[in-house]
Amino acid sequence: MTDLFVVIKTSLQVSGISLLISGIIGIPTGTIIGLSHFRWKKWLIALVNTGMGLPPVLVGLVVALLLWRSGPLGFLALLYSKSAMVVAQSIIALPLITAFTIAGVQRLDPELIRQTIALGATKWQLFRVILNETKTGILVALMAGFGGIISEVGAVMMVGGNIKGETMVLTTGILTETRMGHFETALYLGVVLLVISFIINLCLTLLQQKQINA
Amino acid sequence: MKKILLTILVLLGLMVVFFIKYPSNEETPTRSKTLPAITIPTNPDVILATTTSVQDTGLLDILVALFKKETGYKVKAIAVGSGEAMAMGKRGDADIMLVHSPKDEEVFMKEGFGKNRRLVMTNYFILVGPPDDPAGCRLSNSTAEKFKEIAATKSIFISRGDNSGTHKRELSLWQSSGITPAGAWYLESKSGMGIVLQIANEKNGYTLTDKGTYLAFKQKLSLVEMSGKDDVLINRYSIIVPNQEKLPKINLAGAEAFADFLTTPRTQKIIGEFGLDQYAEPLFYPINP
Repeated sequence: MTDLFVVIKTSLQVSGISLLISGIIGIPTGTIIGLSHFRWKKWLIALVNTGMGLPPVLVGLVVALLLWRSGPLGFLALLYSKSAMVVAQSIIALPLITAFTIAGVQRLDPELIRQTIALGATKWQLFRVILNETKTGILVALMAGFGGIISEVGAVMMVGGNIKGETMVLTTGILTETRMGHFETALYLGVVLLVISFIINLCLTLLQQKQINA
Repeated sequence: MKKILLTILVLLGLMVVFFIKYPSNEETPTRSKTLPAITIPTNPDVILATTTSVQDTGLLDILVALFKKETGYKVKAIAVGSGEAMAMGKRGDADIMLVHSPKDEEVFMKEGFGKNRRLVMTNYFILVGPPDDPAGCRLSNSTAEKFKEIAATKSIFISRGDNSGTHKRELSLWQSSGITPAGAWYLESKSGMGIVLQIANEKNGYTLTDKGTYLAFKQKLSLVEMSGKDDVLINRYSIIVPNQEKLPKINLAGAEAFADFLTTPRTQKIIGEFGLDQYAEPLFYPINP
């Protein structure tokens, strides 16, 4: 039972921090890309959209190659740790959050931005107005990002190493229990994963619906 | 409205902080309370690359926990096939390896990647197959003959096909039977042992498995043992400490300590008794009983 608690904790911790990091980077990036006009904008958006389909295993492989002791970032000694998993999951969630934010801000009324600027808003104030107007879209972005990483198995397996009590998360735990022939435990972990996913998505959805109705 | 977003961020942040702080609060006092005598090693993390069978049986968890209690070293076990474990060793990404692929191990040592290699334990590979035994090989005398009969009757055989120790042994068994397995009856799965056993079960096929994994899955399978204790089926698990001259970044002190720990008579006794209560027979036979 304590084992299960540790696994749940690791899952939430790794995916939570990853979501935070990719949110902090992805939301402003998406806002800027979505609202500014530059030559390669369409290309960049296409690139971000491609990133949404980034195979997690590939991300895991590249991060592992970088973090190997013999690799370019080997001196950090991060491989097979939660930090390495956070790095991989942040990379996976980043394009999801960025792309959904872009889609969200592009639906904004351009008139609003023009008026806000005309009223003498600073860049930071403008960003806050935009954030306020697009929070529904941003909630969707966060949900998509969270859904993408909490259920991900390939990358965390490769960079985390699935170490019991340390880097084993719900998804890799399911894999391990299956491998050991403990199908009941594996299914149990699966149900726990679904319940956690449901609770978090329920909270976000309730918030989102409140926004729409407000 | 801004408040809601802010609340989410704060909640997320709190969650993160709570989870980060929790383990450090938990670990430090217990270690200093229960183990005042041991000095915590300067580099306590030891990365162990090992074969899945040792971890999946649950033996490794017991040994790693005991080793940590006694020495303060934290062994991080990465369960991969023996082939990949030795690849990790060559790159210097593993501080120590527990593997069961003797020929590859010899090559590894000859190439100068290993400092020393010690036998830790043995058990048997077993040939399993469907109860009606379509190849009629259960009563044949030698393992080589059994393999010949499977090929001759083109009975389905599921191979690991993943460069693991079990896969390597299977290939050498085919070789000693003078057969190059190929054709629609020979399936390469590229999966772990548990999955391969289930595939063999569903397809009414034969497969070579380590004893531990078979016992763990036995109740869910209709597959039965086809082989006796033939010498060619002995499965040898060795521990390899890498050569620090060639791989300067490894944690040599931790690796040596774990290798010594595994080969002491007391640990050997634990290995020999492991699984007795659950399966009524040992999963692994110690070297120094």
